[in-house]
Amino acid sequence: MDLQILLLLGQDGVTNGAIYALLALALVLVFAVTRVIFIPQGEFVAYGALTLAALQAGKVPGTVWLLLALGTTVALLDGVRLLREGRFRKLPPLLIFNVGIPLLCAGGLFVVPPTQLPLWAQVAVSMLLVVPLGPMIYRVAYQPLASASVLVLLIVSVAVHLALIGLGLLFFGAEGSRTPAFTEISFELAGAPLQGQTILVIVASALLIIGLYFFFERTLYGKALRATAMNRTGARLMGIPPALAGQLCFTLAAAIGAFSGILIAPITTIYYDSGFLIGLKGFVGAIIGGLASYPVAALGAALVGLLESYSSFYASAFKEVIVFTLIIPVLLWRSLTTKHVEEEE
Amino acid sequence: MKKTALAMLLSTLAASALADLNVGVTLSATGPAASLGIPEKNTIDLLPKTIAGQKVNYIVLDDASDTTTAVKNARKLIGENKVDVLIGSTTTPNSLAMIDVAAESETPMIAMAAAARIVEPMDAKRKWVFKTPQNDAQMSTAILEHMTSNNVKTVAYIGFSDAYGEGWWNEFSKLAEVRKIKVVANERFNRTDTTVTGQTLKILAAKPDAVLIGGAGTPAALPQRSLKEKGYKGIVYQTHGVANNDFLRVCGKDCEGTVLPTGPVLVAAQLPADNPVKKSATEYVNRYEAAYGRGSVTAFGGYAWDAGLLLANAVPEALKKGQPGTKEFRAALRDALESTKDLPASHGVFNMSPNDHLGFDQRARVMVKVENGTWKLVK
Repeated sequence: MDLQILLLLGQDGVTNGAIYALLALALVLVFAVTRVIFIPQGEFVAYGALTLAALQAGKVPGTVWLLLALGTTVALLDGVRLLREGRFRKLPPLLIFNVGIPLLCAGGLFVVPPTQLPLWAQVAVSMLLVVPLGPMIYRVAYQPLASASVLVLLIVSVAVHLALIGLGLLFFGAEGSRTPAFTEISFELAGAPLQGQTILVIVASALLIIGLYFFFERTLYGKALRATAMNRTGARLMGIPPALAGQLCFTLAAAIGAFSGILIAPITTIYYDSGFLIGLKGFVGAIIGGLASYPVAALGAALVGLLESYSSFYASAFKEVIVFTLIIPVLLWRSLTTKHVEEEE
Repeated sequence: MKKTALAMLLSTLAASALADLNVGVTLSATGPAASLGIPEKNTIDLLPKTIAGQKVNYIVLDDASDTTTAVKNARKLIGENKVDVLIGSTTTPNSLAMIDVAAESETPMIAMAAAARIVEPMDAKRKWVFKTPQNDAQMSTAILEHMTSNNVKTVAYIGFSDAYGEGWWNEFSKLAEVRKIKVVANERFNRTDTTVTGQTLKILAAKPDAVLIGGAGTPAALPQRSLKEKGYKGIVYQTHGVANNDFLRVCGKDCEGTVLPTGPVLVAAQLPADNPVKKSATEYVNRYEAAYGRGSVTAFGGYAWDAGLLLANAVPEALKKGQPGTKEFRAALRDALESTKDLPASHGVFNMSPNDHLGFDQRARVMVKVENGTWKLVK
């Protein structure tokens, strides 16, 4: 093993680590605010990547139909409640967000062939199609059970995950897709080629992480989310509605997932079910951070990426075994060093 | 021609009213093997609805690429639907698990999975089992022949870390040794991997003349793209598991020049006119593309089609000995399948015998090369 190989593997590990770190952050965020272990996080990666690929292939992605169906369900659920309570003024925004915008997207796709759009517009449309799924799924699947135990929420997560995988197969087919690279530039770094796409992934992830930091530190919504994560009842007493916090953090999680998917789509082939494993590796990172600490989770995820990369060189057949075995010493260490706190019921 | 034959069969049907022939199908239309199972499922819809005047019911179940479900499906088909013959499943582990069920109920079974172990070594249980895909050994030999004639002395192997990759490694490493080709690297990757940089670098460090990628479907494109990206110049071989158009779509220009063995169906139109498989293979391609669109045909669907051809050939013989739904009929069907002779199908010519329940010879494989994003027959 010479320096060049060391560098190439490191570069590969950091790229994947950056994606895992984004997902780990989303998982920590969702868990902290809603106590949901968000297994379907990975599905947003696959949906984001495959929606973009479908747009580039000139097809109408199946996510449009899911968005319309979920949007209508949410509008019906909330609409009936609003009508009963006589809060008519809240109706138009509800309808616009859940039915109007999805309809506009769907209509737009049929009017303007997506292949004619520039790349950034395709990315924007894909995000627009996938991200609203996050809050909608929260409204339909989690919000009615918001105060249930972690275990019940976990079971719901498994159900949502399986439903999304099945729909993914229906929408995108069994075969994978890969999108063209955002940039063809490549550099030389200490004799090792460095792809522009790789740099893009790392820079974009870093920017997103910084953006999230400022969102939580400087904005009212960010602070509301942090308050809910720290003390749910206290935040509620201070006038932060738990449903809003939940929908907000699911929107963020969906956006992070879809964005990660769009970032890695040019580097690797994404399948309808690829998201799960990517999400699981992010989850290992999140576990290292104890599902609570953002910086430790991000570092843990980067460690997972590097470990994966180097183990694929030394013992490719045992790569996954090595990565997932990492969780055992981490759990041991955590259970020995932290005091066990009974979950509040 | 098929249509007139069908019309003739239909007219004979009008005269007789017999118990229907029930064909139980379990295949992997979802789960990891979905890209193989879906074209197979599509093909089952194209199979004849009557054979020798006998109405045929196809009962298709999905086993989600899961072994337990495949066995459960097989039991359900035999127990509840009283099928006369089983077709399936798509993957080797599923098919191996179904053998016991088929043998126990004395129901003939036609597997659409590749491993030779499904029909070898012949024993009391495998007596009931037939299969349509070529053996890995046949395909390995084809690759090694091509390597020898192209002066390849050293080769690296990278395959799936599952039964498929392992099966290929066993066959290939054994045969390579016999042919004095040195295997310099042996790597594994997962179907779901997002990167194979580590494995690629290790292969490059070994400087092989050629690389064989033992993967199926579009995931097999990943190592190839990675090799190309890192500047590998040698020949890249793939296995017949990648023989569909999605592979070309995903791999793009990085797959130019890839060489792989496959069934003749993939290049049916390019076969010389005197090839015995040309007619039967072209017929399948036309039927499939008429139903599912141009360029939609894959080699995998051909396995299901060939299972249908075997049945269509054997059922008239078996009908002479008994009625569908009876034990006698199933035994007669098994005997008739075993005595299939010179039956041209989409992947080759079947010549079954008591010891060979595949019955394919050299005519069942061709070498193809990827040129300008299409499959080209290597003469």
